[in-house]
Amino acid sequence: MLKLPIYLDYSATTPVDPRVAERMIPYLVEKFGNPASRSHSFGWEAEAAVEEAREEVAKLVHADPKEIVWTSGATESNNLALKGAAQFYSGKGRHLVTVKTEHKAVLDTCRELERQGFAVTYLDVQENGLLDLEAFSAALRPDTILASVMFVNNEIGVIQPIAEMGEICRSRGILLHVDAAQATGKVAIDLETLKVDLMSFSAHKTYGPKGVGALYVRRKPRVRLNAQMHGGGHERGFRSGTLPTHQIVGMGEAFRLARLEMGAENERIRMLRDRLLRGLSDIEEVYVNGDMEHRVPHNLNLSFAYVEGESLLMAIKDLAVSSGSACTSASLEPSYVLRALGRNDELAHSSIRFTLGRFTTEEEVDHAIRLLHDKISRLRELSPLWEMVQDGVDLNTVQWAAH
Amino acid sequence: MFAPVYFDHNATTPVDPAVVEAMLPYFSQQFGNASSRHEYGRAARRAIDEARAQVAAAVGAHASEVVFTSGGSEANNLLLKGAAACLRPGLLAVGAADHPCVLRPAEQLARRGWNLEKLPTDPAGRIDRERYAAVMARKPKIVSLLLANNETGVIEDVEPLAASARAAGAWFHSDAVQAFGKVPLDFRRLNGCGVHALTLSAHKMGGPKGAAALILDKRLELEPLIAGGGHERGLRSGTENVAAIVGFGVACQLAIERRAALASQLDRLRTQLEEGLVAFGGQIFGLAAKRLPNTVYFAFAGVDGETLVGHLDRAGYAVASGAACSSANPEPSHVLRAMGVADELARGAVRVSLGRGNTEEQVAGFLATLRSTVDRLQRLTAMAV
Repeated sequence: MLKLPIYLDYSATTPVDPRVAERMIPYLVEKFGNPASRSHSFGWEAEAAVEEAREEVAKLVHADPKEIVWTSGATESNNLALKGAAQFYSGKGRHLVTVKTEHKAVLDTCRELERQGFAVTYLDVQENGLLDLEAFSAALRPDTILASVMFVNNEIGVIQPIAEMGEICRSRGILLHVDAAQATGKVAIDLETLKVDLMSFSAHKTYGPKGVGALYVRRKPRVRLNAQMHGGGHERGFRSGTLPTHQIVGMGEAFRLARLEMGAENERIRMLRDRLLRGLSDIEEVYVNGDMEHRVPHNLNLSFAYVEGESLLMAIKDLAVSSGSACTSASLEPSYVLRALGRNDELAHSSIRFTLGRFTTEEEVDHAIRLLHDKISRLRELSPLWEMVQDGVDLNTVQWAAH
Repeated sequence: MFAPVYFDHNATTPVDPAVVEAMLPYFSQQFGNASSRHEYGRAARRAIDEARAQVAAAVGAHASEVVFTSGGSEANNLLLKGAAACLRPGLLAVGAADHPCVLRPAEQLARRGWNLEKLPTDPAGRIDRERYAAVMARKPKIVSLLLANNETGVIEDVEPLAASARAAGAWFHSDAVQAFGKVPLDFRRLNGCGVHALTLSAHKMGGPKGAAALILDKRLELEPLIAGGGHERGLRSGTENVAAIVGFGVACQLAIERRAALASQLDRLRTQLEEGLVAFGGQIFGLAAKRLPNTVYFAFAGVDGETLVGHLDRAGYAVASGAACSSANPEPSHVLRAMGVADELARGAVRVSLGRGNTEEQVAGFLATLRSTVDRLQRLTAMAV
């Protein structure tokens, strides 16, 4: 039996894997201690669980557990990485480099740093969503202290050339921060070989709970940060505040499962994604947004020309999909990511992001294909523009009357 | 193996089974991102709205005055740094016996040009009224005081203090993390006296770790601490922790329903505990002040607190020798120092904080164990001397 609506929005958030939830629950009920309590077994038990989870997170990305700092989520990790490093190294320089297609958590933080007197270069991407390494290299200046580039884009799923950027940054003495919220469990991450200094993680995009994330802070060569939250001195002073044990345990278990299962899981998801793409590619005037080769297997972002995005979303209510990134979808601005690829407003507005995951089935994909075929042809029947195109009119030559 | 008796509810509390029950569906079934527009997202948004109303109702605030954060420390950091960022540096006054998550941000602001005044307490643990009046005469811009102290449980009568802060033109914040759920709080009334913001936390009152709130008078302008996405009216970005927020809401509702009964249960246990302690020479801190019904902070002359706590742990009683957050710190409690307690006695400090699950039998058993342990340790000390 199909459960409707079909969830195809795994990049917005994932369900907590039931195996993860099972590990979490004891830490709400009987193992409820504060990990900072040093005077009794309730505290020690919680602390041991926190440290075990820290090891699991470190293992997935080949880091040392001492390099993992717990936060409340990737947004906080991004804030801590950017503001913390910019403020600590401001004596060395006051210039940062990032990319126009980054998540708001990075872009809004950069805007704040600009108000604090830092200069930020926002790089364009190529039409396929990938950063041009020469342009990246050219943007680095003698006073650049930090570059921030996301591993996997949340809207179009493209994988940026992080390894190459790491080499470039390291050779110029510039720190590299990578937002890996969308990457864990989807691409292999090896921080022993990647020359990345700071990396942000989220639990709830990888079948862990909301409310917990982590920041990787490299120890060799050592990276320093100004803390953004002060108090009891938790997390070796990087981040104060009582550690939410059950959530941390959940993140540890989620990352452990990702490490063990991502190989087979990604092949299964790639098969489903390719099935979805194949099933939709006989619809006319459908465009794939973002590079298909350097892309996580979970993501398909399509623009359906001559279909108005809002009407399409309404028509396919049985599919839980996103027409942009979840964090910006409250506004009706066309996606800034798709605009950065050079898509015009119309195509950006008529785009749908499908993100598949651990619990997506073939049956769900087939249902989505049928539904989209049906609804798109119906919407296009109602579209005067589509009729004109079918009649061979080049819409770019039409002189529209002002109104 | 018997389960130890938990007497450290000011560090954290077990999550109430009804709260856990309410949270569970939001892990694997109703797991949507509240910013998503489809049904999964809308269901998450509705759950957050309901929890916001429950939190607001528990403290007599309006739902639009509730800003969810990841914890009390974050809420205090947001209030202090956020308010300071919207003002030109001036005088900032906080309690010398406040929690580190108020003191440390205040010290950060002192490095950015703010003039920091740490308000001393009287021997009972209340803010020294004369010094307070003198500081108010210097027109502070921000004042932050603990509503109830986490170590001593001493309750500050913030209403007159807020009123004089308002007369001085200051924004007034109170960290009510320890008070919430134990004594009635009415934000409308407090707000009328000049309290502009309150910090609340779920895990100190039967809710989960990972959710807290700043109750905020909207006239008080704040710069966010965490940018990116504009959640919580732009004051706190980041995907909402739906399950924990739902748990917080339900814990608030339970707290209101149970507060009267809980307060009388705790009060009875505390009286039993204190009478027992005093009978064999225990000195209770803050005894002259109004205190939370669950907190007893005490010392025995010549007995080291760390040692005593270790013995009690092995005997099956989980208590604290100081605030959990600073337990690694061998310095005597800054709270007791602010009250003028001699370091020697302060090093003996032990905190018992009671909670809903505790019983008279547990308190009686604890007193018997404590008495024999203290006797033994005092004899050892006497021999060493």
